[in-house]
Amino acid sequence: MTHAEAIDAKFGTGSAQPTDFRDNKRIAVPVEKIYGVLAHLHTHRGFDMLCDLAGIDYLGYPDAIDRYGIVYALTNTVTGERLFVKTFVNDPDPEVPSVVDLWEGANWMEREVFDMFGVTFAGHPDLRRILLPDEFTSFPLRKDYPLRGYGERHNLPTVTRAES
Amino acid sequence: MPLEAVASQDETGTDQEFLYTLNFGPQHPATHTTLRLILTLDGETIVRAVPDIGFLHSGFEKLGEDLDFNQYVTIVDRMNYVSPIANEMSWHGTVEKLMGIEVTPRCRYIRTILAELARIGDHLLCVGAVALDLGGLTAFLYAFNEREKIYDIMENASGQRFHPSYTRVGGLMNDVNDQFVEQVRSFVKTFPKAHADVCRLLNKNKIFIDRTKGVGVLTREEAINRSCTGPIARASGVARDLRKDEPYLAYPDLQSSFKIVCSNGGDCLARYLVRMGEMLESVNIIAAAIENLPGGPVSIGTDSNVVIPDKSATYRSIEGLIQHFELFMWNRRFETPVEEVYGATETANGELGFYIVADGSAKAWRARTRPPSFIHFALFPHLMEGHQISDVPAVLGSLNIIAAELDR
Repeated sequence: MTHAEAIDAKFGTGSAQPTDFRDNKRIAVPVEKIYGVLAHLHTHRGFDMLCDLAGIDYLGYPDAIDRYGIVYALTNTVTGERLFVKTFVNDPDPEVPSVVDLWEGANWMEREVFDMFGVTFAGHPDLRRILLPDEFTSFPLRKDYPLRGYGERHNLPTVTRAES
Repeated sequence: MPLEAVASQDETGTDQEFLYTLNFGPQHPATHTTLRLILTLDGETIVRAVPDIGFLHSGFEKLGEDLDFNQYVTIVDRMNYVSPIANEMSWHGTVEKLMGIEVTPRCRYIRTILAELARIGDHLLCVGAVALDLGGLTAFLYAFNEREKIYDIMENASGQRFHPSYTRVGGLMNDVNDQFVEQVRSFVKTFPKAHADVCRLLNKNKIFIDRTKGVGVLTREEAINRSCTGPIARASGVARDLRKDEPYLAYPDLQSSFKIVCSNGGDCLARYLVRMGEMLESVNIIAAAIENLPGGPVSIGTDSNVVIPDKSATYRSIEGLIQHFELFMWNRRFETPVEEVYGATETANGELGFYIVADGSAKAWRARTRPPSFIHFALFPHLMEGHQISDVPAVLGSLNIIAAELDR
């Protein structure tokens, strides 16, 4: 039974839409079921490692319906199998359940996606900006953010030694 | 992030005023690069370590959406600047996977040789820097002596020592010359002696072993759960190496010439020993690859419409000129499928992957990097708790954090 069939059997038909490209096997899952599907893949299908977690902004992408895509690249370290699970969220409140309790490695990766796209992860233990300063107000990898920025750097507060 | 104030009492109301906060970095010799640690200390014991990163963040992934697939290689070089050519293989390997390009056998072998040289160079720096931070300057000098030879080989191949930008979509910038082959052969011959010198200095050195053994222990389950790859995972007993598991470039032909180096220790010493062992395996790969270097072109034919023609073809033939213009004019360039693909290679630090979303144009819609340094640095607070402050350089060095890749 393929992973997509197993997920359909457990979470209802149409929960997983499988696609292939080159050697990447991918399934798309609606966001309501994403945590259950990932927990199932983690516990029962042997995907013990979260290799990567990527955010994508599809604003203006050809034929895109949803705005943000979150891709979980799962790896089975015993068989070497890979699976890419993808889900979509939309403005105004893009929110995905956090998977830190399944894979501890998701901690910083989710913080990075939050930092760059403003997608929040419900249940994350410490959801703060990671690469950009806390005072930064925009989400720079969104497609509506210009390459040269809005000039936020000039407005960041100056910390003197006495105040720190 | 402001310096954390230490609470004067813990949850049970016990007095905590003996704890104090130490700011480590962002400019500190032992961090080697720009990163900051906020350590909460009880005497010299670390109670809590909070990394604060982002000092070198320069928006590489945003730039990847503005530069085309050939231009972005110059930025990729600057991620892990200790082994830049391995990053190029990973980037262009993924782009070629996206476009469905199969590179020529000679290109595959030259890329493999250079990627393995980069791996040796990266491990040499890591091992040398750990020894230096723990007080052994000589091993660092021996290691840098060998790195110099690797830089000479890179310079000969590409014309640039530090940031070669040597690969192109569908091939390489230019072919290598006969001197390159001689240089690689002589490196293969002389490197094991230098490697043995470093081993003799460190492997049985009481100070080095006392300061690394049992420090920063990572178990196998934690390594998998925390997404570790590369030497750090292998030092914790995860027998996973993309060169064996998902062979790419010339590795399918070279499977018999190398083994995966693993250890069950999981501490700083195990990570050091795995890196030392991997260098010898890399030399075996290079020795096998350079003797079996196939002839033929280094780039796929210009009729494929993706390869930049060499300068002689651009200036002397009408086909080359047209091809050059096709690739460099803003409204032409590559045609890519409207698809997304993930490709990864085993670099010195671990799995370096790229997730490329293409919208049919010559630029990536999204060029996500899976940076091994970023994922490994997330381990740091976990590894540090309960250790002494003098263990910080040992653990930091054994994780081999490259801040440019960490922050991108």
